[in-house]
Amino acid sequence: MNQSFELPGSYKKWTIGLISVGVIALLYGFIAYHPFTHPVHGQHNDSTRFWAVLLQNCVYFLLIVNAAMFFIGVTTLAMGGWQVALRRVPEAISSVVPVLGIIAFLILMAIVWGGHDDIYQWVNKDTVAADKIIKGKSGFLNPVFFSIFSALTIFLWSFLGYKMRSISLESDKAGPMDYETGNKWVKKNILWAALFIVFFGLSVGSTIPWLWLMSIDTHWYSTMFSWYTFASSFVAGLSLIAIFVIFLKNNGQLEYVTEEHLHDVGKFMFAFSIFWAYLWFSQYMLIWYANIPEETGYYKIRVYGPYRGIFFLNLVLNFAAPLLILMKKSTKRNYTLLTFMAVLIIFGHWIDFWQMVMPGTLFESAELMPFEFGIAILFIGIIMWRVGVYLSSNPLTAKNHPFLKESMIHHT
Amino acid sequence: MSGVKKFVVGSFDDEAVLFPAVKNVRRAGYKIHDVYTPFPVHGLDHAMGLRETSLHTAGFIYGITGTTTALTCISWIFTKDWPLNIGGKPHFALPAWIPITFELTVLFSAVGMVLTFCYLCQLSPFVKKHHFHLRATDDLFVMAIECTDKTNDAEVQEFLQKAGAKEINVQVAETGWWLGRYDKEQKLYRELEKGY
Repeated sequence: MNQSFELPGSYKKWTIGLISVGVIALLYGFIAYHPFTHPVHGQHNDSTRFWAVLLQNCVYFLLIVNAAMFFIGVTTLAMGGWQVALRRVPEAISSVVPVLGIIAFLILMAIVWGGHDDIYQWVNKDTVAADKIIKGKSGFLNPVFFSIFSALTIFLWSFLGYKMRSISLESDKAGPMDYETGNKWVKKNILWAALFIVFFGLSVGSTIPWLWLMSIDTHWYSTMFSWYTFASSFVAGLSLIAIFVIFLKNNGQLEYVTEEHLHDVGKFMFAFSIFWAYLWFSQYMLIWYANIPEETGYYKIRVYGPYRGIFFLNLVLNFAAPLLILMKKSTKRNYTLLTFMAVLIIFGHWIDFWQMVMPGTLFESAELMPFEFGIAILFIGIIMWRVGVYLSSNPLTAKNHPFLKESMIHHT
Repeated sequence: MSGVKKFVVGSFDDEAVLFPAVKNVRRAGYKIHDVYTPFPVHGLDHAMGLRETSLHTAGFIYGITGTTTALTCISWIFTKDWPLNIGGKPHFALPAWIPITFELTVLFSAVGMVLTFCYLCQLSPFVKKHHFHLRATDDLFVMAIECTDKTNDAEVQEFLQKAGAKEINVQVAETGWWLGRYDKEQKLYRELEKGY
């Protein structure tokens, strides 16, 4: 069994390269966009753009790395065995959560306590006092609750994820488990996975997208929004898992992972792309049908405003393309095609998050320029760095996991 | 209906024995008519060298047919045949039609695939097929090897014995399906047994 994995030199070069490009973009934004000036809400300002782009990227990438732990959690609770051979990959991805969590928390705090009512209208006390609708929501949408709940969420994601990873790594130290120890270990794993999933449901499944993203369009609300955000981040997280599995396979690692496992990851990507489209449509159709002014405002700028192209591109990238391309069995088993689809899906959902954040903050003046991509590259670099560290310092196969045999003989 | 043939039938009670047996039988050059199992055995199709099924391609085509049927039908009704003002929505109200389009896509592909599957398996009311061993629906894996004029069935039986079959016999059976009752099969079997 191959226990130590040396990262190839090109991986390190790419990581350093991407982080440097990202840092340059960040510095450029810092100098050129005057992030600490206070613009008026609704008025185009470079400072708004700087924070909106940071917000979009930190939330998106934090949610997708956290989705990797969700993947482990659900497969554990379902007593799944097939994923054990590749389990260390989502573990490695979820180890980025504390790093991105701290970054996201800093950005969110800077926006909320920096008084950026151009991003979140509700941080301005005068606006809240003058606006009946926002006033009604102020028990939930206020800086103190926002900060406490964000801190708690990021802490619990990191802590419960850390616990799940350490239970997994702990099993490497002892020898193969007998029935008794294995049983105990599996139950312990299930307990912590269940705690994670419950809190995941309370955060990603409901409150966190309301606070971080939906409150940008403060007057507007949708009961579908959190599920929609969750579906978006989960399918992108699965794509990230697929990319790293293929990367490790190409480097001769993960000896027990076969095309069968990849096929199942591909099926997940396919299924959750459709799930995402289902929620996208449900949210759209209900608002279209009811036609209530305070609800349709959200879609007016997206469908009939400058975001029309992006809005439908979103549907093509995240629904039509995965539906038609991932439908075939041979695509899900082909390294090149699956990597292509995974990159496409991650990019597609990045665009999805972009169109969630920008219309409410920058209105007509949002841009997709090198700065936006530069910040995304910075986050990709950070993910590559942390995942690389985890992969090269821990065994890549959970060799004593009681279900490993089931995973080895897995056949779709 | 493709006529009556002679088969050497071996029954196995273990998957782990069945797989190498299938491999060896194929390697020895015997022609496997089919292997009947009480439950789907993963990888057996591969071991038997069966080609990939095109059932899913058929399913895709049925699905597309459903989508097209729904969209053309509803758009014709609501824009040409009988336009109604429903809540002030445009006559061509695409979002409202998507659920029905989806339903018809699923319905067409599901029903179409079930019927195609039944056709491929030759399952239909009143259609009968020869059973090589009734316990194939319970706990035995039944392998039927087709004999030609040149096959020495004693040799095949011995071969299956070595491969680990628990029960071996020779049967003369109709390969295709027929309409009617099973006693036809019994008659067929007895009459032909004398003839051989």
